[in-house]
Amino acid sequence: MVSVTVNGTARSFDGDADMPLLWYLRDVLQMTGTKFGCGQALCGACTVHLDGVAVRACQTQMKVADGKSVTTIEGLDAKGQHPLQVAWRELGVPQCGYCQSGQIMQAAALLKEKGSPSDADIDAAMSGNICRCGTYTRIKAAIKRAATAKGA
Amino acid sequence: MGANELSRREFLKVTAAAGGLALSAGWTHVFGQEKFGPDSMPNGAVDNPLVFVSIAPNGIVSITCHRAEMGQGVRTGMPLIVADELEADWSKVRVLQAPGDELRFGNQDTDGSRSTRHFFMPMRRCGAAARAMLEAAAAARWGVPASEVEARNHELVHRGSGRKLGFGAVAADAAKLPVPKPGELRLKKPEEFRYIGKGRTRIVDAMAMTTGRAVYGQDVVLPDMHFAVVARSPVYGGKVASFDAAAAMKVPGVVKVVEIKDTAIPSAFQPLAGVAVIAQNTWAAMKGREALSIKWDPGANAAYDSDAYRAALTKAANGPGKQIRTAGDVDAALKSAAKQLKADYYVPHLTQASMEPPAATARIRGGKCEVWSCVQSPEAARNDVAKRLGLKREDVTVHVTLLGGGFGRKSKADYATEAALLAKELPGKPVKVVWTRTDDLQHSFYHTVSAEHLEAGLDKDGKPVAWLHRSVGPTLMALFGPDNKLESPIELGMGLTNVPFAIPNLRVENPEAAAHTRVGWYRAVSNIPHAFAIQSFVAELAHAAGRDPKDYLLELLGPPRQIDPRSVNDTWNHGEDPKLYPVDTGRLRTVAETAAKAARWGRKLPKGQGLGIAAHYSFVTYVAAVVEVAVDTKGQLQIPRVDIAIDCGAQINPERVRAQMEGACIMGLGNALLGEISFKAGRVQQTNFHDYEVLRMNAAPRAIHVHMIPGDYGAPLGGAGEPGVPPIAPALCNAIFAATGRRIRQLPIRSQLSA
Repeated sequence: MVSVTVNGTARSFDGDADMPLLWYLRDVLQMTGTKFGCGQALCGACTVHLDGVAVRACQTQMKVADGKSVTTIEGLDAKGQHPLQVAWRELGVPQCGYCQSGQIMQAAALLKEKGSPSDADIDAAMSGNICRCGTYTRIKAAIKRAATAKGA
Repeated sequence: MGANELSRREFLKVTAAAGGLALSAGWTHVFGQEKFGPDSMPNGAVDNPLVFVSIAPNGIVSITCHRAEMGQGVRTGMPLIVADELEADWSKVRVLQAPGDELRFGNQDTDGSRSTRHFFMPMRRCGAAARAMLEAAAAARWGVPASEVEARNHELVHRGSGRKLGFGAVAADAAKLPVPKPGELRLKKPEEFRYIGKGRTRIVDAMAMTTGRAVYGQDVVLPDMHFAVVARSPVYGGKVASFDAAAAMKVPGVVKVVEIKDTAIPSAFQPLAGVAVIAQNTWAAMKGREALSIKWDPGANAAYDSDAYRAALTKAANGPGKQIRTAGDVDAALKSAAKQLKADYYVPHLTQASMEPPAATARIRGGKCEVWSCVQSPEAARNDVAKRLGLKREDVTVHVTLLGGGFGRKSKADYATEAALLAKELPGKPVKVVWTRTDDLQHSFYHTVSAEHLEAGLDKDGKPVAWLHRSVGPTLMALFGPDNKLESPIELGMGLTNVPFAIPNLRVENPEAAAHTRVGWYRAVSNIPHAFAIQSFVAELAHAAGRDPKDYLLELLGPPRQIDPRSVNDTWNHGEDPKLYPVDTGRLRTVAETAAKAARWGRKLPKGQGLGIAAHYSFVTYVAAVVEVAVDTKGQLQIPRVDIAIDCGAQINPERVRAQMEGACIMGLGNALLGEISFKAGRVQQTNFHDYEVLRMNAAPRAIHVHMIPGDYGAPLGGAGEPGVPPIAPALCNAIFAATGRRIRQLPIRSQLSA
């Protein structure tokens, strides 16, 4: 039996403890905000926070998540008003939008660590997250905008 | 009662009237058909407001978007046009997504950079007709002439008395009125537009996309749903010889193992042969698939080897081929030229690799099949499913989710048919087919692979007097006919036969090539290799002539003139009227000059840095790019800046045109630097994003500047989704040459600069 807290709600899971957190979230809890992109931690679409640290849900087995707290895009801010979410909308970042849950979760972990990240900080933190529509320049601008908004 | 009820009645009328139309594939259009634009597409355009608009008593306006959203912003752009002509307040507009039903909505095949250019006018008429009906209903209520009533920002206003009524108050009356004929409509003047051309409208799905609530094909959730993955034939055309499902059935959660029968090749959009594992969750299905034991009969394509194929293509490109276009005497002019140049270019297979791998959910009950999926062409999916299941079209419904990227892959909904076949195995229960990234990379509809051979003769002043271009690669038409070995009019018309250069002796040839995999279309299609070869060769000629590449390009384009596509043997012209859409070299010159000026072309750059330019006409739009590169002594490349200029006519939602150019730039750079799908023994060698690499943030340009040429709303529009891609690769390679003196002729670039 695996115990895990998802967006503040305590859950227990008695299925295959090797199952990646991604499929627990998507298929069992039917929380589909966390996306499936590659299944091998190569694209970042499934990024969530595990005890506050950005991880790839597709490579995080349920037994690893046991006793820990998971935050997904649905739980980042109850009203969707995290400074990153606001900046994403203001700058029109999403095109197809599919990778953006993971991008925002990765960026949120970065901003927790570094209040005003440099271009190099952003490149280092975000290059594991692929956007096939090519929104990188706007993602970078939105992270800086959110950092400024947070600092203000 | 609301407009909905009438809209349903109207729907029946429209269906009955249109029922006999043939569902021919409109993109095979050639001249002679005398139908252009939306009329050249199956089921054309519909502009009836009762089909697209309904207004609730509380005034909320629902506008149906009939095209698929895949990142291009169409769910904002189409309704925005309707809302503007309707004089609706955008904050009171809700967007609904149409299911696949072209008899009702008109053509829904979201492909070919067509949505805005084909539906701008129909959607304007739709909004204007709805506005006129509301005005007439308000006038009747007040007993005044309709000419005295005007819709203004969600209200009907009587000009004489200042009386006002909300849209919701008269919506039911309005829906009972006859729909005005197009000739009776008053369309807005451009200066009256509230939203069109402004670029201030946030995309309608922004909130859902930033909070995880947006639903894509992979995200469909239904009660009692099952999940499936499929082991597909690793070779195109292969069959399942035998399989053993015993171990798979022992995996906890696995419910059923089912064979999907092969389709004879060419298999169009039908599924590949395979064995499916249906389970209670995706993870169990994947574990079950790993436990399958399958013997494949790989078939005739098992010898496909992309290295050997490349050698064969290059050889073919150096021999004669079918003559596509001939002007003057190229052989004589080449022979007598002061200087002769030859170059061979190569672009490998690529794949779309949308961030959302394909997925579809289907449920069959009571003899009817319902599908939920991320499809670019829901009507095609509907017909494919109906045909394979032996159902009537009326008994199949295809709901369109958001698409997590499409790029042409999701025009071919083999996955929707897979889901339907598997749903048949669990009657009444929904089955979702999940494609993994490996499935996506290994069973795609690939961008063609091509060899491009160019020869030119220069006179003593360095001016080209002869031009020979041979292009050879498997055609996407091989999906539909086994003997198709020549580029189709569609592919020839993508910058090859319609190359707009002022050269007296010019010949274009196309040798034959047979397809050994599913060749499909990928964003910008054959424009990618054609533009890469042509625009690289122009810079090579400029260098040989000792001239500035930008000046030389402009000289080749020649004085501003309008080329009739028929005069250069382009029988396709993107399905557009050659009279309305000639190739305008003046517009191509303007985008080249605009991008060059913005990039401060000609400025002195330090060693290892350089600028490259390329310009290309595609999807009846003109785009030029200037790429700036910095290459260090180890061959590491950085891209400080890209300037990209576009003339697509008037921009309806300029902010999304800008986004499309930024995205096309990133995708074009990824194609050039990293992209390659290769085959050994008929099998794709790449398995995930570590070996099919795409551009990541650390390799992206520091800045992308988009420059949009203003257009006239009365003039024909161009496409925006694809035309940004083609000039990027040659502009990059021309910049690399300027920076390093190294000429890249084979893509991808990868480690060529450090070798």
